[in-house]
Formats: sequence, structure tokens, C-alpha cells
Amino acid sequence: MDASFFTAAVVAGTPLLYAILGEVITEKAGNLNLGVEGMMLIGAVVGFKVALITQNPWLALGGAMIAGGIAALIYALLTVSLRANQVVTGLTLTIFGTGFSSFMGKNLMGEVVPDNIKLAFADFPLPLLSHIPVLGQVFFNQGILVYGGYIATILAGLYLYNTQIGLNLRAVGENTAAADAAGIKVSLYKYIHIIIGGVLCGLAGAYLSLVYIPSWQENVTAGRGWIAVALVIFCKWNPYRVLVGAFLFGGLDIIGFRLQKYSFYISQYLIDMLPYLVTIIILIVVSARKSISGLPPANLGDSYFREER
Amino acid sequence: MIKMSARSDCSKREATLIRTLAVVFALVTVSFFIMILGHNPISVYISMMDGAFGTGYRLLETLRKSVPLIITSIGISLAFRLKFWNIGAEGQIMMGAMGAAFIALNFPQLPAIILLPLMAFTAMISGGIWGLIPAYFKARWKTNETIFTLMMNYIALKFITYLQYGPWKDPAALGFPKIPNFSQNAVLPDIFGLHAGWVIAIILVILSHIFIKYTQPGYEIEVVGGSENTGRYAGMNVNKIIILTIFASGSICGLSGMIEASGVNRTLSVEITRGVGYTAIITSWLSYLKAPVIPIVCILFASMIQGGTFIQMAFQIPQSAAQILQGAILFFVLGSEFFIRYKISFVKQNIPEA
Amino acid sequence: MVNISKSFGDVKANDKISFSVKYGEIFALLGENGAGKSTLVNMLSGVYSPDIGEIYVHGQKLRLSSPADSIAAGIGMIHQHFKLIEVMTALENIAIGQEHSFILNKKNIRKKIDDICSKYGFKIDPEKLVRDMSVGEKQTVEILKVLYRGADILILDEPTAVLTPQESERLFDILIRMKEQGCSIILITHKLQEVMEISDRVCVLRHGRVIDTVNTKETTPMELTSMMVGKKVTLSIERPPVKSQEVVLEVRNLSLIDREGIKKLDDVSFKVYSGEILGIAGIAGSGQKELCESIQGIERRKRGEIIFKGENIARLTPRAIFEKGLRISFIPEDRLGMGLVPTMSIVDNVILKDYYMQKGIFLDRAVGEKRAEHIIKMLNVQTPDIYHPVNKLSGGNIQKILLGREIDSNPDFLVTAYPTRGLDIGSAHLIYDELNRQKEKGIGILYVGEDLNILLSLCDRIMVMFEGKIIGTVNAEDATKEEIGLMMLGEKATEVLQ
Repeated sequence: MDASFFTAAVVAGTPLLYAILGEVITEKAGNLNLGVEGMMLIGAVVGFKVALITQNPWLALGGAMIAGGIAALIYALLTVSLRANQVVTGLTLTIFGTGFSSFMGKNLMGEVVPDNIKLAFADFPLPLLSHIPVLGQVFFNQGILVYGGYIATILAGLYLYNTQIGLNLRAVGENTAAADAAGIKVSLYKYIHIIIGGVLCGLAGAYLSLVYIPSWQENVTAGRGWIAVALVIFCKWNPYRVLVGAFLFGGLDIIGFRLQKYSFYISQYLIDMLPYLVTIIILIVVSARKSISGLPPANLGDSYFREER
Repeated sequence: MIKMSARSDCSKREATLIRTLAVVFALVTVSFFIMILGHNPISVYISMMDGAFGTGYRLLETLRKSVPLIITSIGISLAFRLKFWNIGAEGQIMMGAMGAAFIALNFPQLPAIILLPLMAFTAMISGGIWGLIPAYFKARWKTNETIFTLMMNYIALKFITYLQYGPWKDPAALGFPKIPNFSQNAVLPDIFGLHAGWVIAIILVILSHIFIKYTQPGYEIEVVGGSENTGRYAGMNVNKIIILTIFASGSICGLSGMIEASGVNRTLSVEITRGVGYTAIITSWLSYLKAPVIPIVCILFASMIQGGTFIQMAFQIPQSAAQILQGAILFFVLGSEFFIRYKISFVKQNIPEA
Repeated sequence: MVNISKSFGDVKANDKISFSVKYGEIFALLGENGAGKSTLVNMLSGVYSPDIGEIYVHGQKLRLSSPADSIAAGIGMIHQHFKLIEVMTALENIAIGQEHSFILNKKNIRKKIDDICSKYGFKIDPEKLVRDMSVGEKQTVEILKVLYRGADILILDEPTAVLTPQESERLFDILIRMKEQGCSIILITHKLQEVMEISDRVCVLRHGRVIDTVNTKETTPMELTSMMVGKKVTLSIERPPVKSQEVVLEVRNLSLIDREGIKKLDDVSFKVYSGEILGIAGIAGSGQKELCESIQGIERRKRGEIIFKGENIARLTPRAIFEKGLRISFIPEDRLGMGLVPTMSIVDNVILKDYYMQKGIFLDRAVGEKRAEHIIKMLNVQTPDIYHPVNKLSGGNIQKILLGREIDSNPDFLVTAYPTRGLDIGSAHLIYDELNRQKEKGIGILYVGEDLNILLSLCDRIMVMFEGKIIGTVNAEDATKEEIGLMMLGEKATEVLQ
């Protein structure tokens, strides 16, 4: 395995990174949003469409992020204000998002990402850092969205653990009643952070459709949204760990391709199963070990109602 | 100022009314988008109805599409009662179909009267096992079943793809990746013009209803689903109940797969499910897991799909529009639950803010 | 608070209540369970809003529509069920909800906490996780939380319900110190001794109305009781004498290590005689729950022996015990989470334990219907019909259904955990009477309780548990609250009595 494998792993892992971060933030607020796959698809198709229409990379990204945010808003409206079941609402969002993306994408078959956009997201080396042996090549000679991923991770970590608002957010997810009694505006926190989660998922989707696979493909996410939800558990709801998880799975994603060169007798389809199998193994191991640091926010998935009688 | 409080006095009639209103609102909202696309929503909807029920042939198609939906919904509702979020119906259908296909392809000469039940049996075992695996881990270590079952879907899909392109590929298809057709013995007979699956569906609905309401195991499922600790307190073997129930859930979905493979497709392919595993989640939820309601909702949804295929040609509206419509309906019904469970009142301000 | 009224549906929880609290006083709100005390103060803390009436704080008329409003007005509520985040430290719990700073400056926060501690005499470790704290420590964190936000009106809701006598004394010392510093303290309680001990004035509520507000020095417990209950009531509980010396249950060397490797029961041995009520006292988490569940058979991971009527049932499941003809009834602490299925009807709940004895696969609910009707009549349960879901019943009625089901099966032994928690005096005494009735039939009863007065009146002997061990067993006739309180903290081991 040469450095190019790891470099490619980072690229493959970046959409996962954004999606996982988004869902971590949502779940820290106490809401389980299973609509990640749907939001990513919505972001992918909107981003692509805006890219074609405006030929502007930043508008395309912006459009994708806003679309993801709106999708998350629907989820938030249903689960926070109307107290709907979070699991079913999230699933519905995914079904809806898949249909929406397929619908909007009907006329996009075969379309290619405009060149100037490709250029905007192309690799460029960071001044000093890219000269570090090995690591520099892998991590610091990438496109701007990959660097954005690093920054987002660090920002998320600082936000959660070093700011007052981050502390309040964690309180909301852990013990919503306690947060409410302390004067925190629970609904507001939930809405905002669910939407932030959606924005990041939209961005992840746009990355897939604009950078990763440079022409339109239906179902461009191929289940990555679901893997992201699983990886939230693997990363123990900690943004810093998300880097590890995302790039690890980025590697798994492309390993099939690489293995083709070496082992010829395992069918490609069986190798394709790897990311899903590994996800299952991770799920089992994490639940079997049951260490206390790996517990989800205690009020995850619960609807909160102050005046309960 | 808006005040929210829990209410306990919502009558069944009121609840049904609110939910029906929700569906109407969903239809109205989607019609706005139809208008944006430049079509008249009324004519689109009428066309859909026509496409679903307009002729005897179309009605049959609608019913044909509703069969796997009904059966899978029954299977899923069983798991949902335990609060086991079985998203793996897709995979369970596929594995069931695969099990049936294995038998059909390897024993084509057996008389139908033996072959068909054998296929059904194998399908149910395969689907059941596929559901059993995540259930075991949920019972043992509380492993998250939502993602587990979902991953199993992808694995099942890849496995069938592998079979279709590899070991089970039909040499007579001249390079086109396809699994051979079943022999005539392996095909479900028709009853009144539709393959026998519809009879099985009706039987399952009735059995399921009786099971939940009037039998002891059905009672146990309700108890464990309502409060697992209480089940333990009552001396129930909770783990066994979870595992058996989910096995049953998976095997019913597997049976659905066999029926599709044998009655409709007459072969196995990766498109065998057509998303039924996911749609059935919506339909069973909308039916509030109640067996008698499931056929109604499923036929309605099947009519949307069938109607959607019809208008695809007439209006150039892609098939995925049906998915959007389904999603919208569920969104609105989910939201309407709120108005059934809680009462909104407007309280007059009698104290000015300091 | 002036002329406050509030209703929930058809239930009028508070009816035209008015009272006022001065600076630097301890004001007690006395009333039995269900009298409307919690509803009233929840309006002060911003959780509920009054339907009618006004609230004046510091002379200003205010509308408190959220906890944030209440905090801003200087009101600090310390709830009966703590609102703390288990996985966070004391410091983090105190710091949540502040919104003026963006960066979390732990040093500043720590300093401010230290200042408050020295002012009032608290002692806490800011870096300790709430999960690792004792109940007393958790309560301290709750108090610090409100003081940190500058509260000078404190509301404490049944603060001593979960404390040992010693911890209660410590709390009272602190409250008096705070009063001297000018704080106003509203103490909600149903315990008369507390009211007499530290309050300056007391307001008695009954059925949602104010009966009277008096100076504590000018009234007597007798008078207060009759105001609380509305009639002359002897609050005493009968204690029929224990007739036999026959041992109905013997526990030998019972030990239990739970899933996380913590020792929950440590070599527990004791006997229970038929026709006696053995009380179990102890702070929460001392092993009472595990002991109850072990005896009933749910908890299977244990070592040791449990001899019931001559048979060792320690290895048996609840159903195996049932099938041997041994009837052990268990009323758990967690009524809706363990004793009943909340969403199911009364009928479905009363057949919970013996439905499987019916032959065949079908379920016959006729038995359940008869049983449900019997229980409703016997214990005076308020419900529209027998198919009403139990989670829609009031707390007292839920408990009655649970108790009714367990007693209806003619048990040989009864294990109850906090059976009268949250019930009004009428219902509570109904239950004590019922327990005594069972006792006179010769049944052995294990009674886990938290109110030492009740334990001392109702039980024949009291066993004190601490950290999974039995510290000592005393005769209820001779024991004192202080003695038991010390044992609850594991401090003194009395000779184990027969």
C-alpha cells in the first residue's frame, strides 16, 4: 500500500466526516435523525443543479447546505414541536429525500460537473505542512473541502467542550428536564443544532456529487448516510474521534478497488460488503463492551414536554 | 399565549378525522408542486386513480402490488410492537426469495405440490435467520437494531448481486447477467386471475389479528413491547420472546420474497423487492400496527405506485414522485399525532409582564 | 401569591390560594400528598402558569412563564427529584444555563462556587461526577446551582425524603444560616416534625385550598394534622402483635455482583417470621432493590440460599417458584416501569402473573375482568372502566391496582418497596390496614420504606442496610430514629437480634 491509498482514503472519508459530524451535533441535542441518507441526497442533487445553473462553486455548496438545512427543519418541526416519533420521522425523511433526489435528478443523467467548479475543489498543497514526509502528502495536499473537514472537526470539538453553549447543548441531550429547569431554551437549542446537522449532511452530499464523482449518478450516496449514523456510535459522539472513524471507513470504501489488483478470485460484490460488515462488527463490539464513556446522550430519542400531567 | 397539555379524551372518531385531514393536507401540499411542474393536480390525481382502478387489468396490477406490501407490513408490525425497529425487511425479503430460488433452481422437477411448500418453508427460514441475527445481538447486548438490520439489507443486496453475476448466472442468457427462470412447477398458481399470494396475504392478516389480540404469545409481545422490565418481573423469558418474534417477523418477510419470486418475477433478481421493505415501514406505521387496517393502507399505497406508473407516460412525471407523495403523507400523519395526543388552548393574558 | 387557581382538565389542583413570604424567614407549606403543594410552587418556578391569580416578587408583579423567568426573578427551586446530569461534574451542572459568556472559564466558575461555599458552609468537590455522589451531596449541588444564579428565594420540595436523619439535621443547619443571611425559604413537606422544628410560619393546604396560615410557635402538631386532613385523625398505625415464632423465609449468605462488577449484596443473612412485618431501612442504593428482586426470583445472578417454607428457591425463576405452589408477591418501587405495563388496560395488567397457567394458546380475559372488578371494589379505585389503560390513572389508583393484584393471589409472602410513596394519607392508611390484615393471616411481609416514622409504627422489626450489607436489626418498639439513622450511614452495628 503506497501513500496514494491513504490519500484516496482521506478523500473518500471526507463526505463521511461531514455527515458524521452533523449527526453527532444533532444527537448531542438529544435527537436521533435517521434522515442522514436523505439529507445527503437532497444536498447532492441541489448542489449539482445549482452548479449547472450558476456555474459557481460556492453558490452550489451554499444551495446544497441550505437544502440540507431545510430538510432538517422539517424533521425538527415534526420531532421537536409536534413530538413525533424520531425514528419513524427520520426514516420518512430518508425515503422522501431519496424520492426527491431521484425526481430532481431525472434530467441530469450524464451531466458533468463544470470545469471551473472542478478546479475550485481541486487539490492544492498547504505551504509548510505539505512538506512533512508521508503525512504531508496524505493530509495536506488535498482539496479545500478536505481542509474544511479538518477545521470543522476542530471547531466542533472546541464548541462542544470548551464553550458555554456547548455545555448547555450537552445538558439538553443528557437530561432535558435538568436543562429546562436551569433556564435553557430547550426547543431553540434542538432546532438550531438539528439544522446545523442537516447543513453538514447537505454539504457531504454535495461533496459526493460535485467532487467525488464528477458526473451525476442516481443514488450517489450508496448507503454512506447510514454508515455515518453507525459511525456516530463508533466515535462515541466525540468530534475528535470522528476524524479517525471517517478516514478509516474511507479506506474501507476504496479497498475493494485496490484489492482487485491483488486478489482476483474474490468477487467484487463480496468485497463490496466489507464496509457494511465492518459496521456491524463495530456495532456489536461497542455494545458488548458497554464502557461508560461510550454511552449515548441519556435523553437521545426522547420527546420533551415540560407540562406533563 | 399558546398552552399545551396532554389530553386523554380523544375519541376514535375524532382521531380518524384528524388523520384523514392530515392525508388531505398532504395531497394538497403535493398538488402545489404538481402545479409548479406545470400540470393540473386534479387531473393528475384523477389519472392516478384511473391508472390504479380504471380497468380490470389495472385493478389486478394494483392488487398484485399490494400483496407483498401487506405481507411485509404484517411482518414488520410484529417487530414494531416489540419496539424493535426492523428496518431489515428489504434484506429479509431478499433472503427469503433467495432461499426459494435455491430450491426452485435445484429441484425443478419436483411436483408443484411439494416444491411450492418447500420453497415457502425455505424462504421463511432464510428470512427468519436474517432477522434473527440482529435480534440475538439486541437481546444479548442491546446492540442497535436499526442500523444492524439496515446493514444486513446491503449485505443481502450485494450477496444476490454476487449470485446473479456469478454462480447462478444463466448461461443461456448470452452474457446478460440474469438468473434462470423457474420451472413451471415453481410458479405459484393463479386464483381468480391473481397469483395465490393474495390468499396467503388475507390468511396472514386474519391470523395476525387473532394472534395479537387473543393468544397468550400475542399478550406477551404486548407486555414486553410496553415495558420490558415488567415482562421480566412477570417471569417471562424476555430474550426468548424477542428472538422468536423477530424470527417470525423476518420469516413472514421472507415469505413475501418467495411469493414475489415465484408468483410475479418467476426468477430471482436484485430488483425483487422494488423498495417494498421500506414502503412497508410506512404502511405499517400508518396502520398503527393494526392488522385489519394494514390491507386498506397497503392497497391505497399500491394504487399510488400503480397510478404513478400510469401517469409516468401520460404526464412525464417520474416514478419517484410516488415516493415523494408517500413521504409527504407520512410526514403529515406523523405531525397530526400531536393534535390527537395533546390539546392546544389559547390562554388569555391576565397578567402583564413586569 | 395572590388568588392563584389552576386546573388540569377536570381536576382543580389549586383553588384561590393566597400567601406571602417575608425576607429572612422559613415558610412551610404543609399538606398531604395530592393537596396541591407541588403544583403551587411549580408556578413559582415557571413550569406551570396559573389560570387565574397574580404573583408578586420583591414587590413587583411578575409573569413567570418559563424557568428562565423564575431564575431571573431570584427564585431557586430545588426539586424533590433532582435535575442533575449524571455524567457531568458538579461544576458543569452548576454552570449550565448561563448565557453571558461564550468561552467556558472553569477557573472563574470554580472561584465563584468556592465563595458561595464558604459563605454558607457547604463542602463539595467541584470535579466529582454526579453519578458518584451520595444523595446528600447531590442535594448540595442542587442548592449551589440556585445560589450561583443569585437566588434569594429558595423553594425546597420534600428535601428530607431521601436523607438520613443526620443529613437532614445538617440541611436544617444550613437553612437556618441562610435565613439569617436574609434568604427566604419555602419548605414543602408533609412531615410535621420538620415544620415544628425549623419553620417560622406554616400554611396548610388541603384539597387545593388554603386552610390557614399560622405562626409555628403558636400551633401544635395535633392542630396542624387536623387542618391537613380535615378531621380528627389519629395518625397512628396499629401494630398487631406477632403470634408465631415460625420462620417463613430465611436468607443465608446472599451475595450479588452486578453486570458492572459492583457488589450489590454482601453476605446478607436474616429471617422473617410468619405474621410479622420486617422493615428494611437504608439510603437509596443500599441493596434493597436487589434484595427484593432476588427473593422474587427476577435477579438470578446471586449466590447464597433463600429458604422459603423449607425449600431453597434461590436458583428458581419466578414461574418455577409459582409452580411449586409458593406464592411470593412483589410490589416494586417502579410501579409503571416494572410492576405494570403502562399502556395496557387494568384487565390485562391483573392477569400478568398467572395468565400462562391457562391451558392452550388462547387467552381468556374473563378471569381478569372478574379480578379487576373485585380489586376496584375492594380498594376503592377511581376509574371509568376496567379496560382503562393504567397509565391514565392517578398515582394513588395505580398503586391500588398493583397492590390489589398482588394481594388477590393469596400470597404466602409479600415483598413491598415504598408502597405508599406519593399517596395521600387516606390511601396510605388503607394500605397499612391491608398490610396488617395480611399480617394477621400469618403472612410474612418485607417492607422497604423511607419514612422512619412509618417504619417504626408499622413494622415489628427493622433491618438496616448499607452498601449491600445488613448493619443491624432492631425491635421497632425500642429503637430510635437517631439509632437507625446512624446505621443507615453504616456507622454503628448493633447486635443482631433474633
